[in-house]
Amino acid sequence: MDKVIALTAVTKAFGPVRALGGVDFAIAPGEVVGLVGHNGAGKSTMVNIMMGTFPPTEGRVERGAAGEIRCVFQELSLCLNLDAAENTRLIHRSLRGLGWRRRARAMIAGRLDAIFPGHGIPPEAKLSDLPIGQRQMVEIARAFTAAEGEGPLAMVILDEPTSALGEEATQQFLAYVRKAAGEGVAIVLITHRLNEIYAVSHRIVVMKDGRSVAEGPSAELPKERLVELMGGHAVPVEGEDIPAVATRKTDPNAPVMVTLPGAVPVEARKGDIIGFTGLDGHGQREALVAIQTEGRGAKAATAFVAGDRQADGVLPVWSIAQNLTISCLATIRRGAFLSPAAERAFAEEWRERIGIRMRDIDQPLTELSGGNQQKVLFARALAAPAPIVLLDDPMRGVDVGTKAEVYQTIRNEADAGRTFVWFSTELEELENCDRVYVFREGAPVACIPREALSQDAIIAASFQS
Amino acid sequence: MTAVTDVPTAATPARKPALARLAPILLPIAILVVILGIVFWMRPIAMSYFGLTLMLKLSVPLIFAALSQMLIISQGDLDLSTGAYVGFVTCVSAVYLGSDPALGWAIIAGSVVLQGLVGLFTWLRRLPSIVVTLGMSFVWLGLALFVLPTPGGQAPNWLTAIPQWRPPYVPLPIVVAILAILVFEVTLMRSAAGAVLRGAGGNPAAVTRAGWSVAGLRTAAYVLAAICAVFSGLALSALTTSGAPNIAPAYTLLSIASVILGGGAFIGGIVSPFGTVIGAVTLTLVSSVLTFVNVPSVWQIGAQGALLVVVLLARGLVSGDRT
Repeated sequence: MDKVIALTAVTKAFGPVRALGGVDFAIAPGEVVGLVGHNGAGKSTMVNIMMGTFPPTEGRVERGAAGEIRCVFQELSLCLNLDAAENTRLIHRSLRGLGWRRRARAMIAGRLDAIFPGHGIPPEAKLSDLPIGQRQMVEIARAFTAAEGEGPLAMVILDEPTSALGEEATQQFLAYVRKAAGEGVAIVLITHRLNEIYAVSHRIVVMKDGRSVAEGPSAELPKERLVELMGGHAVPVEGEDIPAVATRKTDPNAPVMVTLPGAVPVEARKGDIIGFTGLDGHGQREALVAIQTEGRGAKAATAFVAGDRQADGVLPVWSIAQNLTISCLATIRRGAFLSPAAERAFAEEWRERIGIRMRDIDQPLTELSGGNQQKVLFARALAAPAPIVLLDDPMRGVDVGTKAEVYQTIRNEADAGRTFVWFSTELEELENCDRVYVFREGAPVACIPREALSQDAIIAASFQS
Repeated sequence: MTAVTDVPTAATPARKPALARLAPILLPIAILVVILGIVFWMRPIAMSYFGLTLMLKLSVPLIFAALSQMLIISQGDLDLSTGAYVGFVTCVSAVYLGSDPALGWAIIAGSVVLQGLVGLFTWLRRLPSIVVTLGMSFVWLGLALFVLPTPGGQAPNWLTAIPQWRPPYVPLPIVVAILAILVFEVTLMRSAAGAVLRGAGGNPAAVTRAGWSVAGLRTAAYVLAAICAVFSGLALSALTTSGAPNIAPAYTLLSIASVILGGGAFIGGIVSPFGTVIGAVTLTLVSSVLTFVNVPSVWQIGAQGALLVVVLLARGLVSGDRT
C-alpha cells in the first residue's frame, strides 16, 4: 500500500451520539491535506481514530508505510512543569540512560532552529515560564523530532497549530510544512485559518456532521465554496475578502472609559471597539490586565473573556448555567440567597441570545465543544453589567460561523454603549475595531484607524526598529 | 503575504526575570542561613561536630517524611496519612523487626503495596487524595495500635546503632541530608524516568497521549513515597529505640510545610528535592531555636506555621506566583 493511512467507511459512536458517520480518507507520503469543518463536524474524532486513541465503531483503518504518527493537539499537550527537552523525552522512549538530556536538548533545539529561526526559547526554561506562543512552537517542533534508532516520521497531524503563533512564526511554520512534505512526511492540517490551508495544502477535505462532504485539490475549492460546504453560513472568512464592514458611527464626545498613558496613549470612549495587536507576547495581555485592575471596584468595571479557556476561563466542574451566571450573581439573587429558578431563566435567555448549542444548561461546561464553551464565556461577559468588556484573543479555536455571530453581537453591544478592548493577532477580527493599537516590547507603538488597517501596516509597526 | 524571516522573533519579553525564577530555591537557603545564624549566636557551642549532630539528629526522620510527601505532591496530590504511617512503621520496627525480622519486613512490604494501591485507586476513581489519605491515616493509626497498644517495644540493635555512628568530619545528619539530595536530584529531577514521573503530575493527559500509563506512574510514585516514609519510621524508631502509634502526627503537616518551604507548589507537579531537604532541616532548627528561647512546645507548631506563611508571602512578593 502506498498510503500512510487509509480509513474506509469508518464510523464512531459515543453512546447515542454519532460522531462519525462513514468516513473514507487516505493520505499518501509527502501529501499535505487540509481538513476543515465546523465545530462538532467530527475532525477531532477522526484524528483520534488515526492516532489510535480509540478504535472505530465500524469500518477499517489500514496503516501503510512504516513510521510514527504524531499529533499537535489544539489544547496544548505539554507538561508545563517540565522543560522542552523533558517534554521531548516524553514522546521518545529511546531517550534514556546517560546523556539523555543532552541528546533531547540537541534534538528539540535543532528542530526549533529549523522551523522557527531566532525563536529565542531558552532550552532550560520550564515551559510554565514561557508565553503561550513559545509553548506552541515547542509543541510543533517536538512533533517533528526524530530520534535515532526509532522509525521514520510517517505523518504529523496538526490541529489548530498556529492559534497562538504570531504572524512571522506562522509563516515560518507554513514554510516548514512544505519542506517536511517535500521530505516525504504526510501532513494533515486542521485550522480555521483558511489562508493557511491554501498556502500549503495539495488537497482539502471538508467535513460536516461526521461525514466528509467534499474533497478535491485546493485550487478547485475556493473559499466561498468551502464556507458553503462547511455549514451554510455564507460568511466571508478572511480579512482580504471581507466586504467593507459598514463603518460604525462613534461619538467623539462620549465619555472616556479607558486610558493608558504612554508614547502612544490608548483611549477608548463609551461605545468604542478598540483592538490590541502586534506579535504575541508583547504586552497586550498585560495591558488588558492593567485596564481590568484599574476598573476594579470603580464605575469602569470590566468583564473579561479569556482566550486560554482551560487556564483562565472555564469552571470545569460547574454546569453551563453556573458558568454563565457567576459574573452577575446580583441579578439572580433573591434576598440573601441565589435563586435556582432565576439562574435557569437567565441562563436560558443567554443561550437563546448567543445561540449556544447544548443539550441542557445543567450539563457540565466541559462537555461542550471548544467553540460553544467560548460562546458561554462570551455570554458570561456580556451578561455582566460591566460597561467595559476585555477580550483576550477570544476566538482561539472558534469556527467560522460562530465567529460571525459573535462579531455581530459585539457590534450590537457596542452600539448599545459598551466599550470593547479586543486583543487579537488576526486581521479579520481587527477589522471589527474602530482603531487598532499595535504593541511592541510591552507598549503600544502605533494607532491605526479602521480605514487604514492592513496586514502590512500592522507588520510595519510590529517590526519597526 | 510578507514573509519576514530575517528578523529575529521578538518573543522573549514575557519570560520571567531570573530573580523571580530562582526565588523558590534561594529563599529556603536564605532562611536556613538566618536560622543557623540565630542558633550559633544563641548557642556558640552548637557550632561543632557534636553540637550539630545533636541538634540535627531529629531532622533525619523528617527529611525522609518530607521526601515522601514531595513525591505525592509531585503528582498533584497530598498525603495526610504520612504522620500516622510513620508511627505505624515505628511500631512494627519496635515489635517485630528484632524478634521476628521476616514477619516484620513482610508487614512493612505489605503496607508499601497497600500505599501503592491507594495511589492507583485514587487515580482510577479520580478521588481527591486529601480525602482518601485522611481516611488512610485512621487506618494506619488503628493498625499501629493493634501492633503496639502502648508506646514501648524495642527497636533492633542494628537499627539503634546507626544513629550512633560518627562519620569523620561531617556530622551524620548532614551526610544523610546530602545523600538524600543527591539521590533525589539525580533520580527524580535528572533521570529520564523522573521526567516522565513529574510530567504525570504536571499534565496527566499529555503523558497519556505520549503513550505512558499514568495509573502505573501514580502507583510507582505512591510506592516510592511509602518507601521513603518507611525510612522515616525506621530513623525515628532508631532515635527513640522504641515505637509508638502517636509518635509523629506532626509529620503530616511538617512534611507538607517542608515541601512548600522548599519551593514546591500544590499544583502542577513542581517540586525540588534540594529545597525540600533544606526545608525539613530548617523546620527542625526552628524547633531548637524556640526551645532555646523557652517557647512552650505547644506553641512551636504555631511558630513553624507562621514561618511558612512568611516564606510564602515573601515568595509571592518576589515572583508574583500563586502557590
